[in-house]
Amino acid sequence: MAMAALRREGRRLAPLSSPQSITAVRSSLISQEQAPLGLRSISTQIVRNRMKSVKNIQKITKAMKMVAASKLRAIQVKAENSRGLWQPFTALLGDTASVDVKKNVIVTVSSDKGLCGGINSTSVKTSKALKKLTAGPDKETKYVVLGEKAKAQLIRDSKKDIELSITELQKNPLNYTQVSVLADDILKNVEYDALRIVFNKFQSVVSFLPTVATVLSPEAVEKEAESGGKLGELDSYEIEGGETKSEVLLNLGEFQFSCVLFNAVMENACSEQGARMSAMDSSSRNAGDMLDRLTLTYNRTRQASITTELIEIISGASALEG
Amino acid sequence: MFRRATGLLARRLISSSGSRARPYSTDLPAAPTADSTFVEAWKKVIPNIEPPKTPLSFMKPRPATPPSIPSKLTVNFVLPYASELSTKEVDMVIIPAATGQMGVLPGHVATIAELKPGVLSVHEGNEVKKYFISSGFAFIHANSYADIIAIEAVPVDQIDPGLVQKGLAEFTQKLSSASTDLEKAEAQIGVEVHSALNSALTG
Repeated sequence: MAMAALRREGRRLAPLSSPQSITAVRSSLISQEQAPLGLRSISTQIVRNRMKSVKNIQKITKAMKMVAASKLRAIQVKAENSRGLWQPFTALLGDTASVDVKKNVIVTVSSDKGLCGGINSTSVKTSKALKKLTAGPDKETKYVVLGEKAKAQLIRDSKKDIELSITELQKNPLNYTQVSVLADDILKNVEYDALRIVFNKFQSVVSFLPTVATVLSPEAVEKEAESGGKLGELDSYEIEGGETKSEVLLNLGEFQFSCVLFNAVMENACSEQGARMSAMDSSSRNAGDMLDRLTLTYNRTRQASITTELIEIISGASALEG
Repeated sequence: MFRRATGLLARRLISSSGSRARPYSTDLPAAPTADSTFVEAWKKVIPNIEPPKTPLSFMKPRPATPPSIPSKLTVNFVLPYASELSTKEVDMVIIPAATGQMGVLPGHVATIAELKPGVLSVHEGNEVKKYFISSGFAFIHANSYADIIAIEAVPVDQIDPGLVQKGLAEFTQKLSSASTDLEKAEAQIGVEVHSALNSALTG
């Protein structure tokens, strides 16, 4: 009984051991059904097909990299010009990222298209972490999502927390009018005490820093002004507006949001192109490496088949001779 | 041998006390480049991920209010597409606030001014540069820094008078024929902007 079992085991193990004697690369390329051992010409064909497809992929990724580089050049100029826009607001109202309010709204800026590295995942991770940070008893945190990619990721576990989601931002080139209309939409439909805009700031072509910019509602500004700090100096400012102080502060808050959102969207678009450039670059390099390995395998297989044919011929001839 | 030991001990004691008396070179003046309360709160709740940056870390800190009035006003004039003037030292600016033209000199009281469409003029020595700006905001800080943020700005000499007249006529006509509140408000805005443009060209 034991001998029969062992014999059965042996029979089962035997076909497994022979493929392992051939190079590992070849066995990974050729599944057993497609190329039974002994049909050598077919295996070169398979490697050749694979090489052709990898070469095509390399061409595509190289082209995508160049497209991203040219788009980056165009939008980088605009983004750097827009950097002066939020600085006066931070100079006046300070940076209140650690503010503690009841209603937080996290505005996550992301891209619509993929293949741009990890920037969208970092934005979503930061947004989720911010939600955890600002959570607490009788505090609520909602999301406003800009861009397909973040929407896809956030909808999986926070579907009920997403107030508004906007896609196809970059269908027309980004401009301030479009963003200000968007900001108006958000401000009208969402109740908030503090808006936290999460985006990737473009530091350089290889470095994108997740950043969070905070905009407070006028009531929150009043409350923080009373408690002191940077906003405490707000009272020392005279208001010239022809309207009441609260109306001017309301307009100021809305203007601040649209300016900060404009800069955020521009920086994120820059980061997207930069990340896509480096992703496509590493992809082309990988494809190149793969192509090298495949070429070696192809040549080895070809030479092995030639050698085996020669051996067959020669051994046949020597067998005939005597 | 013991003499050397005492010498060594004495040297070690002196060096340690000396280092304590010397101030640490890493002491920074108070002007943090990051919001420390935010970073700490983040690290407590989410220790694995790096805290995100905040705008404060990307901004050059502004100087404190000087005790005497400085001689020049430092102006930052920004638009969404460009920083027209950034930390430019000028003598005076005249801004079109909603309450009328307002002149700003160094040492002006801290103000937040809402702007209406009009002419912004920058006076530097003998030269005056005039821009027609759409509305925006102007912040004048106590340290003689002025931040002017507008959506659009055009140098006055690039405005076409013919188009201004045409626009004014068009919007006046729209205002008289407007039916809904929204149309009336839009036409009103058009009339205001074009009359401001008109007075910018003439005045």
